[in-house]
Amino acid sequence: MATLTYRDALNQALREEMQRDPNVFLMGEEVGVYQGAYKVSRGLLEEFGPKRVVDTPIAELGFAGIGVGAAMGGLRPVIEFMTWNFAVLALDQIVNSAAKMLYMSGGQINMPIVFRGPNGAALQLSSQHSQAWESWLAHIPGLKVVAPATPADAKGLLKSAIRDNNPVIVLEGEMLYNLKGDVPDGEHIVPIGRADIKRAGTDVTLVCHSKTLAVAQKAADQLAEQNVSAEVLDLRSIRPLDEAAILESVRKTNRAVVVEEGWPHAGIGAQIVDLIQRDAFDDLDAPVQRVTQADVPMPYNKLLERSAKASPEKVVAAARKVLYLDA
Amino acid sequence: MEALSPTMEEGRLVKWTKHEGDAVKSGDTLAEVETDKAVMELVARADGQLLKVMVPEGTTVPVGNIVAWIGKPGEKVDGAGSQESGAGAPKPAVAAAAPAAKAPAPAPAPAPVPVAAVSDATRVKASPLAKRIAKEAGVDLKLVQGSGPGGRVIKRDVEGAPAPSPAAPVAAPAPRPTPDARRTGVPYEDVPLTQIRKTIAKRLAASIGPIPHFFLTTEIDMERAAEAREALNKQLGEAGGKISFNDIIIKAVALALVQHRACNAWFQEDHIRYWNEVHIGMAVAIEDGLITPVIRNADLKNLREIGAESRELAGRARTRRLKPEEYTGATFSVSNLGMFDIDQFTAVINPPEAGIVAIGSIVPKPVPEGGGDRLVVRRRLRVTMSCDHRVIDGATGAAFLRTLKQMLENPLAMLL
Repeated sequence: MATLTYRDALNQALREEMQRDPNVFLMGEEVGVYQGAYKVSRGLLEEFGPKRVVDTPIAELGFAGIGVGAAMGGLRPVIEFMTWNFAVLALDQIVNSAAKMLYMSGGQINMPIVFRGPNGAALQLSSQHSQAWESWLAHIPGLKVVAPATPADAKGLLKSAIRDNNPVIVLEGEMLYNLKGDVPDGEHIVPIGRADIKRAGTDVTLVCHSKTLAVAQKAADQLAEQNVSAEVLDLRSIRPLDEAAILESVRKTNRAVVVEEGWPHAGIGAQIVDLIQRDAFDDLDAPVQRVTQADVPMPYNKLLERSAKASPEKVVAAARKVLYLDA
Repeated sequence: MEALSPTMEEGRLVKWTKHEGDAVKSGDTLAEVETDKAVMELVARADGQLLKVMVPEGTTVPVGNIVAWIGKPGEKVDGAGSQESGAGAPKPAVAAAAPAAKAPAPAPAPAPVPVAAVSDATRVKASPLAKRIAKEAGVDLKLVQGSGPGGRVIKRDVEGAPAPSPAAPVAAPAPRPTPDARRTGVPYEDVPLTQIRKTIAKRLAASIGPIPHFFLTTEIDMERAAEAREALNKQLGEAGGKISFNDIIIKAVALALVQHRACNAWFQEDHIRYWNEVHIGMAVAIEDGLITPVIRNADLKNLREIGAESRELAGRARTRRLKPEEYTGATFSVSNLGMFDIDQFTAVINPPEAGIVAIGSIVPKPVPEGGGDRLVVRRRLRVTMSCDHRVIDGATGAAFLRTLKQMLENPLAMLL
């Protein structure tokens, strides 16, 4: 067990998987000589050489397509997008080729490919570079989507993603790369589709993932000062969703607040609320509340950006609402 | 008009305590409303400004009608367009008749919240969890006061509601209640009717009215109770409230019921509910009727507590300020007409209770003493018990009355 940053945990996962399996290779903008826009691929070019750590032109659709072809041919590509905002250009390859290959080939062609990169807002990157794409990606049958919030989960989920025979989207975060945490050495695998209770509680379930874990944890601290015991449930995987874990927690607490970075309309939270109202209806003591980004393009202005994002204060207010604490 | 009691169908707006233009917060008292049972407070269910009062004081309106609008300052409300605007929104002559459910939202701005627009008094709003808990516990949601938004019944409301005990095994012979079952934490025990009980219930009910009454009278020597009362009141002096005969009788009835749980029961059509708790209803005459405030757990309270509580409840009963929970839920009742110089009378049972005792005047009477060779004058009281024959048989009632008599004739027994 070592204390690592989120970026180094990802680096460790890549290195270990590339050592373990010669078919694994990394491709993307600035992943080689520059060692990654966020230094996730530090030292990999030196260790594995230019055939397995491939710098590409600024052409997302092109190198995503090369990755899809390589996966069809039996390799296990890891495609890094400098940010998921740029990956929008590659969606045709992700959605139309990668996600559907197994189905449309009648099960003959596997698609063991990973698309990864930072997702969601950082600080003052404005509307076009601050978007959370998980609801777009999780919408597509044939894709798996994971969004680790801690260094340990980042390592464990990236390893699972690389070993999976289907396309897996790994959503990271600029604001997460410097996050430090304990990371198990060597073979540390976090299965895809398994949520994790990051903090146990009895009064309300705070469902979160990725960067909103920190938001929910701060909210849980504030709620504890108000004698409210909040359970923090980190989804880790958006698709498949750990429905059993969500339902089990809500059946215990009878109340839920779903926190996400993305916009409210057709968001991940909407899917979770659908699950809860259908399968835990008789366990609910209050309508489920959601905390999301404001339904606007992300403002550049610092104060507006802050007020548009999910915050611990908004989560506390929503939790108090489902607990009927503000009459 | 909100339903302020389970049986309320209409309410008379006695007095507005907030006026048009006043700022109101959720929970503020808006008005006093006279229901079928009491004068109660109508509270705001939203924050804002009291924009428009739709019902003048003294008017009676059905539950569900709009009585006022709360909204943002300056906001227009339907049927109450601001006069200054001259928009000419005609104010309906009988605004109160507008059904709440039809209240159309004003075109601009969000609609103000109609006060207490409970259009259907029979529909209970409850969270799914509260409904499930209530169903499992056999709690009637209509009797639960919801504390959530709009009166929604939520988990914490039903968890505090009284729940019946687990049903008694059906195959077992109808168990006679025993005092030992008391205070096990279970408020009462439901015992299914046996066939013979069912037949008795049916035949006797068919014989006289819905409740087959019968009456038992006994005369009680109150000399020692009177002495005890005088001594206690001397002891209390000027400090505390005086103890009345009524207080002593309530206490004695409660303690006697502890020993005769068969009389501390409700008839519930297909079962009899034997109460482990003793809640005594106390008939109080009010200007235009009668109401029975309840002294809860009277067996566990001392005479001073009973005295203070009965005075306080009776006082509020006369000004019609009792809350529904204060005049419901008695397990047995006492009616006292002693102050009216009535020697003896029969009281009508207050269903679903199975019995009531009617208390006459305490009067000095000559009674034989010393084997009957001489007469002495002693203070005597005639008590008549009305029994629901579906629950209480003659001997059962007589045994209770004998215990009551022993307690009052030897007040020290109450200390046991």
